[in-house]
Amino acid sequence: MSETTSFFNTPSPPQLKGIWAWLLTQDHKRLAVMYLWAVMFWFGIAITIGFLIRIELMSIGPTIMGPDLYNAAFTLHGVIMIFLFVIPGIPAIFGNFILPIQIGADDVFFPKLNLLSWYLYMAGGIMALVSLFTGGGFPDTGWTFYVPFSISTSHNVPLTVLAAFTLGMSSMLTGLNFITTVHRMRIKEMGWMQIPLFTWALYATAWVQLLATPVISITLLLIIFERLFSIGLFDPDKGGDPLLYQHLFWMYSHPAVYVMILPGMGVISEIIPTFSRKAIFGYKAIVYSSMGIAIAGSLVWAHHMYTSGMSDTAIFVFSLLTFLVAIPTAVKVFSWVGTMYKASIEMTPPLLYAMVFIYLFSVGGLTGLVLGAAGTDIHVHDTHFVVAHFHFTMFGGTGFAFFAALHYWWPKMFGIMYDFKRAYIAATLATVGFMFHYVPMFILGMMGMPRRYYDYLPQFSQGNLFAGIGGILLFIGIMLMLINLLLSFRKQEKAVANPWGGVTLEWSIPSPPPLHNFVAPPTVQDYPYDFSNVLQKAAAQHSSVNTEQKESE
Amino acid sequence: MSQEPQHLMSYTKLASVLFALLILTGVTVGVSYIDMGIYNVPVALGIACFKVSLVLLFFMHLKYEGRAIIVSFLSTVCFLAIMISFTFWDVAFR
Repeated sequence: MSETTSFFNTPSPPQLKGIWAWLLTQDHKRLAVMYLWAVMFWFGIAITIGFLIRIELMSIGPTIMGPDLYNAAFTLHGVIMIFLFVIPGIPAIFGNFILPIQIGADDVFFPKLNLLSWYLYMAGGIMALVSLFTGGGFPDTGWTFYVPFSISTSHNVPLTVLAAFTLGMSSMLTGLNFITTVHRMRIKEMGWMQIPLFTWALYATAWVQLLATPVISITLLLIIFERLFSIGLFDPDKGGDPLLYQHLFWMYSHPAVYVMILPGMGVISEIIPTFSRKAIFGYKAIVYSSMGIAIAGSLVWAHHMYTSGMSDTAIFVFSLLTFLVAIPTAVKVFSWVGTMYKASIEMTPPLLYAMVFIYLFSVGGLTGLVLGAAGTDIHVHDTHFVVAHFHFTMFGGTGFAFFAALHYWWPKMFGIMYDFKRAYIAATLATVGFMFHYVPMFILGMMGMPRRYYDYLPQFSQGNLFAGIGGILLFIGIMLMLINLLLSFRKQEKAVANPWGGVTLEWSIPSPPPLHNFVAPPTVQDYPYDFSNVLQKAAAQHSSVNTEQKESE
Repeated sequence: MSQEPQHLMSYTKLASVLFALLILTGVTVGVSYIDMGIYNVPVALGIACFKVSLVLLFFMHLKYEGRAIIVSFLSTVCFLAIMISFTFWDVAFR
């Protein structure tokens, strides 16, 4: 049956063959798979660097690297994780693959632009790689490229900055594509309040990507101009204002935090109802909170600058605004937990990751309030408390949501199923490792251990040892998770079209999907999370099993 | 997707907009020689904004686009305005 030939066996455009069918493809699903391998490559590198940083800090004094290499290591870890993994991860891979299908479309609105985004992503990654081995040496500014250090260091900042600029461009074009796709390609029968929540989250994210990314792009270019032409925009010696840089940087980079987390929240909003076999609690509240987070999250950037010498009025205003973001975030957490209440929960690896997400992200969010309040922030600013907080939100949040998405949509993307037992062991190891890794950092931060320091005082040694042990466990857990997924290619256990009993449109088509996604015109449900058919089917199966059992007795 | 109707503008209209832009550039240069105290910058920015609006509305056809595009555009302008104005919570009160 030619209609059900998977997209893996159908090049687009059709005349392309072999490697060209991938490198010049305009199919959103092939691009998603290409993003997957590229993103995972960078994730592998960044997590290894992070692991080495933690090994270095396990004991006082130099162990496996010197101070200069340590500076470069945390810069690279940050730059790669932020720009090459966390920001593009969920939108570029799962957004590209799932968004058009969820709205009943056969591709994104601009397929060629989609391909260009992938090339920009790859070009940015290659530039980041080249910057390590050219110029004055590894960039050592931290991922924030703060002035005046970034305009005075002899290390190779311009190329790294240009890499971030190019990656920003890729992210922006993906955002533009998603917005246009949702507006113009959505199946006619699907109204705004029938759009699945993952797509809604990506839509909200895309607006932030589109509006905020130009700010950082221009700012990063200004750094290059300042370095090359000594213009004096940020350097106080030349009449510039270093705080202006921080404003411009965080105008993007704080909303970027929501670019990182909103798609993750979208993933969780899909997984929780599917495995609860229950309509999501507060669909509209989640939709509005996504948009609310996107808007309010764009107005709080200066809470990163309380100790920078900003005016007291600004500190007051931004602190107040920061607390407002907690409201829509809490609405989501409440809705997820509310969905699981009295539900017919079926435990699976994606659900386990999603539940871990809810816990870790909640801790990350609540500790964010400690940092959002100006009074407490002054005590823990730039300490390990901050490191623990943002890893709880970005890794415990986005990272675990990414793992959940991998396990949830893996059967759909590749048509194969992975081993559950190994997936549970990996998730447990990663979670336990995570807690041992980052909780000591909260305590170290409260004790006053600064971040980005190569060495520390003896009173911090116990906490760092614990964090190191946790780091090793976490690393092993993640490696096991990845190996388990890769082993599914060898085992080739076929996955059915709808292995989880999902109700959004991607579960109504074959796994892996055909080139044009839908073999029959998609049917849109009145309510996107209506499980009555799934429950009826399950009840019918249950009764037939009971009848068979009775007959055999 | 069906082809959307294209809007063609007359040369006269395009030339008028170009002429207005050139005149406004002259005005920008002219007012920079007048000392208006703190109002020099707002006036220059005001003229620049007006020029940008002309380019967007006529050269980039925003005037003839649908509601979604106009709302999208206005939201970007609001976003930029908020970003800049919020910076003044710091700069104006230092």
